[in-house]
Amino acid sequence: MSWNRRHLLTLEELSAADIALIHATATTFKQILGRNVKKVPALRGKTIVNLFLEPSTRTRLAFEMAAKRLSADVIAFDAASSSTTKGETLRDTAQNIRALGAEMIILRHAAAGSPLYLSRILDIPVINAGDGAHEHPTQGLLDTFTMQEHLGALRGRKVVILGDVLFSRVARSNIHALTKLGAAVTVVGPSTLVPHWFTSLGVTVSHDLRSALADAEVVMLLRIQHERQTAGMFPSLGEYTSVFGLNRARADWLNPRALIMHPGPINRGVEIDSELADGKNSVILEQVANGIAVRMAVLYLCAGGDPQKIATSKD
Amino acid sequence: MPSLWIANARVIDPAAQRDAAGSLFIRDGKFVPSLTAADKKRARKLDARGLVACPGLVDIHVHFREPGQTHKETIATGSRAAAAGGFTTVVCMPNTSPPADNAGTIQFIKDAARRANVVVKVLPTGCITVGMKGQALAPIGSLQRAGVVAITDDGDCVQSNELMRRALEYAKMFDLPVMDHCQDASMTVGAVMNEGVVSTRLGLRGWPHAAEDIIVARNVILAQSTGAHVHLQHISSRFSVDVIRRAKARGVPVTAEATPHHLALTEESLGGYDTNFKMNPPLRTEADRRALIAGLRDGTLDCICTDHAPHTPDEKDREFDFAPNGILGLETSLAVSLGVLVRQNKFKLPFVLDLLTRQPARILKLPAGTLAEGAAADVCLFDPDEQWTYDARAGFSKSANSPWHGQKLTGRVKSTIVDGRVVFADGRITT
Repeated sequence: MSWNRRHLLTLEELSAADIALIHATATTFKQILGRNVKKVPALRGKTIVNLFLEPSTRTRLAFEMAAKRLSADVIAFDAASSSTTKGETLRDTAQNIRALGAEMIILRHAAAGSPLYLSRILDIPVINAGDGAHEHPTQGLLDTFTMQEHLGALRGRKVVILGDVLFSRVARSNIHALTKLGAAVTVVGPSTLVPHWFTSLGVTVSHDLRSALADAEVVMLLRIQHERQTAGMFPSLGEYTSVFGLNRARADWLNPRALIMHPGPINRGVEIDSELADGKNSVILEQVANGIAVRMAVLYLCAGGDPQKIATSKD
Repeated sequence: MPSLWIANARVIDPAAQRDAAGSLFIRDGKFVPSLTAADKKRARKLDARGLVACPGLVDIHVHFREPGQTHKETIATGSRAAAAGGFTTVVCMPNTSPPADNAGTIQFIKDAARRANVVVKVLPTGCITVGMKGQALAPIGSLQRAGVVAITDDGDCVQSNELMRRALEYAKMFDLPVMDHCQDASMTVGAVMNEGVVSTRLGLRGWPHAAEDIIVARNVILAQSTGAHVHLQHISSRFSVDVIRRAKARGVPVTAEATPHHLALTEESLGGYDTNFKMNPPLRTEADRRALIAGLRDGTLDCICTDHAPHTPDEKDREFDFAPNGILGLETSLAVSLGVLVRQNKFKLPFVLDLLTRQPARILKLPAGTLAEGAAADVCLFDPDEQWTYDARAGFSKSANSPWHGQKLTGRVKSTIVDGRVVFADGRITT
C-alpha cells in the first residue's frame, strides 16, 4: 500500500485502499498515543496552519493536537481578528500564509469546493477540515475507523445516518467512505432534509425511522440546526423530535448492540436524548478521541510520510 | 464610403429563403441588387470564397455594464466583442448602475453607443420597475420615447403577480415587449446551481427548475389574459419548454430564447467548482438540454441569445458560492451554436442562422436580420469549417469569463459589416 496524494480534499476521490491505508496508519498512531510519551518527531520542523474560517471546536482542537503529537509547529488562524473581516480574499489570505512559511494548510470554510480551489493555488498540501455542505473527510475517516474498532470489516454492515442530511458534510463524507468499504447505508429524516437525490450516491433514502432502525448496526445522528426551521425545512424542533428524535422508547426499535454515534455538537433533547448520547451503546467520545490518531495519519501521509516507517523515537 | 462587393459567397438569407452561391452588393450602407460596371470598378471587393454570407447576427440579451460597471465591460468593448462574434445588432439589459429606469439613463446609453469607437448597433432596454426593485412601475412611456426597444427587470424578475399584470397591460398600450428572466426568488435563496444529483454530490445550494417553470407559467397566463407580448429569457428547464409549447398552440403571445451554454453544457460541467460555469439560470440536466434543442427545432423557442455577462477575473476568482453569475457569449455564440445544432443535431444551417438573425429581430421588431434590398447592409461572413482555439483573454471583451476558454471550436467569423462598413476582419477591429 502506498500513498501518493498531496492533499486530502474529499473521500469521494479516495479508493477503498486509500481509506484502509489511512486507517492502518491511524492504528499505529493510536498505539503511540497510548504510551507515556505520546509524541513522535515525524513532522518536526514543519509548519502547519489551521485556517479555520468557520467556527469549530472538536475538529480544530483535534487537528492541533494531531499536529503537535507529530512535533509540527502549528499555528491557529483566528478568522474573527484577521484581515478576512476586511474583505481579503481567500486567495490572498492563503498566499500570505504560504509566504510566511506554511508547509501545510488545514482549511475549514463555509463554501463548498474551497479546499479544491485552494489546492489549485498553493504548492503545499491542503487538508479539508469541512467545506460547506460538501465534505468533511477526516470526520468520515474517524467515524469509519471507530465503527471498524467495534464491528470489524464494514462490508455488509447496516448504517443509518439520521437527521439533516441535505446540509451535512459529515453525511456526505460518511456516505462515500461507507459505500467504498461495502457498508449498506440508509439516510433517514424528513423528506425536506433527506431528498431523494441521495439515492444517486448509492444509499437508501427512508423517512420511516422505525423500519430503518430495525436492523441498523450503527445509528449516526446529525445535528439539527434551528436555522433550518426558519427556512421552512420542517415545522419546529419539537415536531422534529416527535417524529425523528432518538429517545428511550425508540431505542427499543434498535438492535440492542447497535452503536450510537454523533459528530457533535449535540443538541441534547432534539435529535437525541441524553440518556442515549451518554448510554452504553454510545461511542461519541471515542469518535472524538479517534479524531486525533486519524488526523495524525492524514497529516503524516499528506506530508509525504512513509506509512511503513513511522518514527517512534523520543522527541 | 466606397461600395462593397462581396463575391463568391454562399449567401444565406433566412428571411428570403435564399441559400445560393453568389454576390452581395452594398451601396451607401444598403443592400442593392447590383452595382453598375463603373461602381464595380470603384467598389471594395471581398472575395468570400468558402465563406457564408448571412445577415449580421442579432443578440437581444447582452450586458454591456455601462453606466456604472465599466471595469467589467463598456459599450465600446462589448460592441467590439459583438463584432468579433459576427453580431451587428445587440440589445443591452438595464441592470446597470444606476439601473436604466429613466429617460436620462437611456439617453446616456444612447450617447455612449453613438461614440465613434462603438462598432455595432447597441440598443437599450429599460426597467419594468423603479430601480428594478419590483415595487413601482418605471416611467415606461418615457422610456419608450427615449428609445428603449423593450422593458425588463433582468435578473430581478418581478415577483408580484399584480405588478407584473399591470406592467403588461401598461406596456401593451405602447406596443412594447416585456422581457422576463423567469425566477421565483423565494425558491432560489442562496442557490448557485441546478438542484439535483450534482448539487447533492457537490454540497451546493440547488436552484430548482420549478422556480423557472412557475414564473414561465405565470407569464403565459398573464400574456393570455392581457394580450401583451412577453418574451421569456434564457429558458433552461424542459418543463418550461413544455409550458411554452402548449401556450403557443393556444396562440398566447409569448416568445422565448435559449442560450448557447444551455444548449451545449449541463450541470455535469460543475464538478470542479469552476466559476466560469456559474450562471443564472444554471446549467441543467441532459434531459433539459435535449428539450431546449427540441424546442428550437419545433419553434417553441424562437431564437438564440447569449446573455453575454462579463465579470472580471478577480470577481470570478472566488469560492464558487461567492462568485457572480454569468459568462461571456458573443465571441463564441456562432461556433457553439453551429457545433451543437448543425453538427451534433443535424439542423440545417439556414435554420440556425434564422435563430441568430431574423427571429431575434422579429421578437423586438428590429429592422435587422435580413439581406433584403434597401435594408441596412449588416453582414456576417464566416467560415463554417475553420477550426480555431478560443482564447478568452485575447478576446475583445474586457473580461474573460468563458467556459470555452482554451477550447477548440469550429466555425469562425471572418468579417463583420455594419451599414456597409467593414468593422471586423481577419481577427481585428478595422475602424
